[in-house]
Amino acid sequence: MAEPLQTAAALRAALDAGRESAVGLVDAARARADAVDPALRALLHPRWDAAREEAAASDRRRAAGEVASKLDGIPIVVKDNIVQCDEPATCASRILEGYRSPFSATAIERLRAAGAPIVARSNMDEFAMGSSTENSAFGPTRNPWNPECVPGGSSGGSAAAVAADIVPLALGSDTGGSIRQPAAFCGVVGMKPTYGRVSRWGLVAFASSLDQIGPIARTAEDAAWLLDAISGHDPRDSTSLPEPPLETTNALGTDVAGLTIGVPQEVSSLGGLAAGVRDRVAEAVAVFEAAGARTCPVSLPHTRYGIAAYYLVCTAEASSNLARFDGVRYGHRTEGPEGGITAMYEYTRARGFGDEVKRRILLGTYALSAGYYEAYYRKAQQVRTLLRGDFERAFAQCDVIAMPSVPEAAFRIGEKSEDPLSMYLADVFTVSANLVGAPGISVPCGFDGRLPVGLQLVGPALADARVLRAAHAYQQMTDHHEQRPPL
Amino acid sequence: MSQPAPPAYETEHEVVIGLEVHCHLRTRSKLFSSAAVSYGDAPNQHVTEVCLALPGALPVLNGRAVELAIRAGLALNCKVHPTSVFARKNYFYPDLPKGYQISQFEEPLCTEGFLDIDVAGGTRRIGITRIHMEEDAGKSIHDGAATTLVDLNRSGVPLVEIVSEPDLRSAEEVGVYLRTLRQILRYVGASDADMEKGQLRCDANVSLRRPGEDRLGTRREIKNLNSFRNAEAAVRTEIENQAERLGAGGRVVQATVGYEADAGRIFVMRTKENADDYRYFPDPDLIPLTVPESRIDEIRKALPELPGVRCRRFVETLGLKDEDARVLTASRELADWFEAAAAAHGSAQTVASWTRRDVLGALNDRDVEIDAVALAPAAFAALVKMTDEGRVTPRNARDLLGEILFEGGDPEALVRERGLEAVSDAGELEALVDAAIATNPRAVASYASGDKKSLNFLMGQVMKQTQGKADPGSVREILARKLGG
Repeated sequence: MAEPLQTAAALRAALDAGRESAVGLVDAARARADAVDPALRALLHPRWDAAREEAAASDRRRAAGEVASKLDGIPIVVKDNIVQCDEPATCASRILEGYRSPFSATAIERLRAAGAPIVARSNMDEFAMGSSTENSAFGPTRNPWNPECVPGGSSGGSAAAVAADIVPLALGSDTGGSIRQPAAFCGVVGMKPTYGRVSRWGLVAFASSLDQIGPIARTAEDAAWLLDAISGHDPRDSTSLPEPPLETTNALGTDVAGLTIGVPQEVSSLGGLAAGVRDRVAEAVAVFEAAGARTCPVSLPHTRYGIAAYYLVCTAEASSNLARFDGVRYGHRTEGPEGGITAMYEYTRARGFGDEVKRRILLGTYALSAGYYEAYYRKAQQVRTLLRGDFERAFAQCDVIAMPSVPEAAFRIGEKSEDPLSMYLADVFTVSANLVGAPGISVPCGFDGRLPVGLQLVGPALADARVLRAAHAYQQMTDHHEQRPPL
Repeated sequence: MSQPAPPAYETEHEVVIGLEVHCHLRTRSKLFSSAAVSYGDAPNQHVTEVCLALPGALPVLNGRAVELAIRAGLALNCKVHPTSVFARKNYFYPDLPKGYQISQFEEPLCTEGFLDIDVAGGTRRIGITRIHMEEDAGKSIHDGAATTLVDLNRSGVPLVEIVSEPDLRSAEEVGVYLRTLRQILRYVGASDADMEKGQLRCDANVSLRRPGEDRLGTRREIKNLNSFRNAEAAVRTEIENQAERLGAGGRVVQATVGYEADAGRIFVMRTKENADDYRYFPDPDLIPLTVPESRIDEIRKALPELPGVRCRRFVETLGLKDEDARVLTASRELADWFEAAAAAHGSAQTVASWTRRDVLGALNDRDVEIDAVALAPAAFAALVKMTDEGRVTPRNARDLLGEILFEGGDPEALVRERGLEAVSDAGELEALVDAAIATNPRAVASYASGDKKSLNFLMGQVMKQTQGKADPGSVREILARKLGG
């Protein structure tokens, strides 16, 4: 190993010991971004000067003995669909080019209260619709492990920025795997918390009943720090859980004796599981067993309907959530040649949205239409109920479920962009957690060839701490997360 | 007075009307945002990121609006459901910032109520199908040129939509229903229901069928009726139009229509062929609205006495005439004021007569409501009492009331201060009558020659001497006796 892993925990120790300053960390992030990001394109709208000022304020706090939190002075990037006051928030879409938000997301407010300098926004699939970050209106992000490959998505910019050592922490959002899948592709940790754990106030909605903001980091411990800082009830989000902020950090341990890990029987039969992925996940389960954990087979029979249900629910909600981008009040506007409001809507949305967004708006509009609602949207909601039952039964037998995050390692840029369906099917292991609201984490568990593989651990709703503890224990027994991309 | 013959269409067809009434709830802030509810302000003054549908903004339900909607539901005898669901009604329009309206669809807050209305020939019970909560849209202002301006002050204002069964049978019943509905909504404090401010708007579904037919005829919906007068006139015009068409052997085509009040004309907005598909689905930004039964009971217990019940009580317990009771229960504030005065006085019917003639008369002259009255009900009662006892003449009492009704004051003290106490001492009156007879020999003579009107002239002389304080009955009696009439 050339240098020690620069985790948030390590950086904080350096700050506390006076070996490092918050300003120094922002400068280092900038230097690293200057070196690697022209090729990767993980970042949008860097705000180095503002972040440097925030870092200077952090240094003054530390000097005065008034450190705001564990994250005080630790630089972070934020996905471009989480709004920050006076900053751009494009969701990587032309339709929001030039838009600046007049208010901040709750997660942003909490990060600022914690003292973390926000250095940039990160690239993503447009409106979080995609699994490759190829659907960004501002160009794709590349995978730090192989620039010919996608970093995953939709939080590809966040995962790549952490994997490329630009920052130790990033916020992403996960609607059907958009944190866990890029974390797996980039060899970092990414967690989707329990639905309602993190406020959605200020998260530009893709599919409201599935969306959740979550942390991306190199270690489960760092992810826990970040999740603790942004979680907790928010009266501005009606779907926010009536729970106080998490305090998982102190509960992290190494002991897995007494932990029961459920292994779903259906995994091997579900679409195109690569041998390399299957083997790495099996080895990860064996690591737990060797450390004293018990394993048991569990059954999630309705996961085979998960993809269909997911793509009905998310497109239906998206078709409505994206109606506000109409060119009337903000963002992009194109008038029709003959004038008129209808033509303005049509031209604005035709030019403002990319193909994948249009595809999903069309699918969702269709699914909600009179005569189709019962067959599609309502049926999909029924599948969610059945899936919830599957998970309840499984969690009566085990503490966490272990399965792959993604059926295969990162694919090549352009490889699937002509085949949206195969891209959708690759979400098979991640969408269930969104559909049932459960917490899930992806942890690096080795490589398939030269590309990282992710182990997914899913817990019952509200068991965010349990999931983080299991992931942390696993990282204490393995060093996959210490492997660095060849940049 | 004989009833005019009913119009021909009422004998050939049965008229079937159902109303959808949109009514703003009386809250300080909007249904899903903290922006103020305010009328008549400069455009776009009362908007937050939620009203503007900025990216990332989320709705949070106003609990006060829910309480007011439940009050309305209970007052209209509805089932109030402990669980109801907000749904999105999707359509594009410039004054609808989110591209959808948050409403209730499959699971509304209230269902299965009724409203009794008094019509010629008795009481009619009009079914209420449902009451659901929703947010209002903004306003589009078409300023002549090709430009449309949008004002979002109204965007998100909480309202209830009250849907009636197709139980109304005439334009007149539509008017009575709307007035009764408004009265009840105001009584329970759910809404100010001021039509001029757009707080109460109505859509009317009108169809005709052969008398005795069970199946409903094809209906047309008249949108956005914004006054009682327009509602009645539009419905009457639509009935005539449909009757004429059916009478000529034609058929009614289902359509949404508007009413041009100035021209008295109905125009077609759209037909069923291009009806909208609103793609309703439960709003995933909001959890189902749950109200515990215990809370619904609390709201039920805190409801004020409703106008119908109060009117009956005024007749049965206070002994008022039907018409007086109806007029005095028109608004809760008037009924409260009257009832307090009646209690302080003791005779409700006496106070009722005074209130109707002298208080409501004055309100009418000024075109104001009872809340403009500053005089305390007890002070009003005291003045009426002084008149009953002959301590002040009715004329002087009325003049004094005119002065203090809107300013307030203590009638006892004012009567004393101004020396308005009536002269009723028999000796004093006799002397005054003697003086009048002595100084007006011509009047006395003409009375003697049979001109009985001269008595009034002599009475006037006595009243003038006492500045109107003499008790007119006593004066007349003494005069008649002395003139030997």
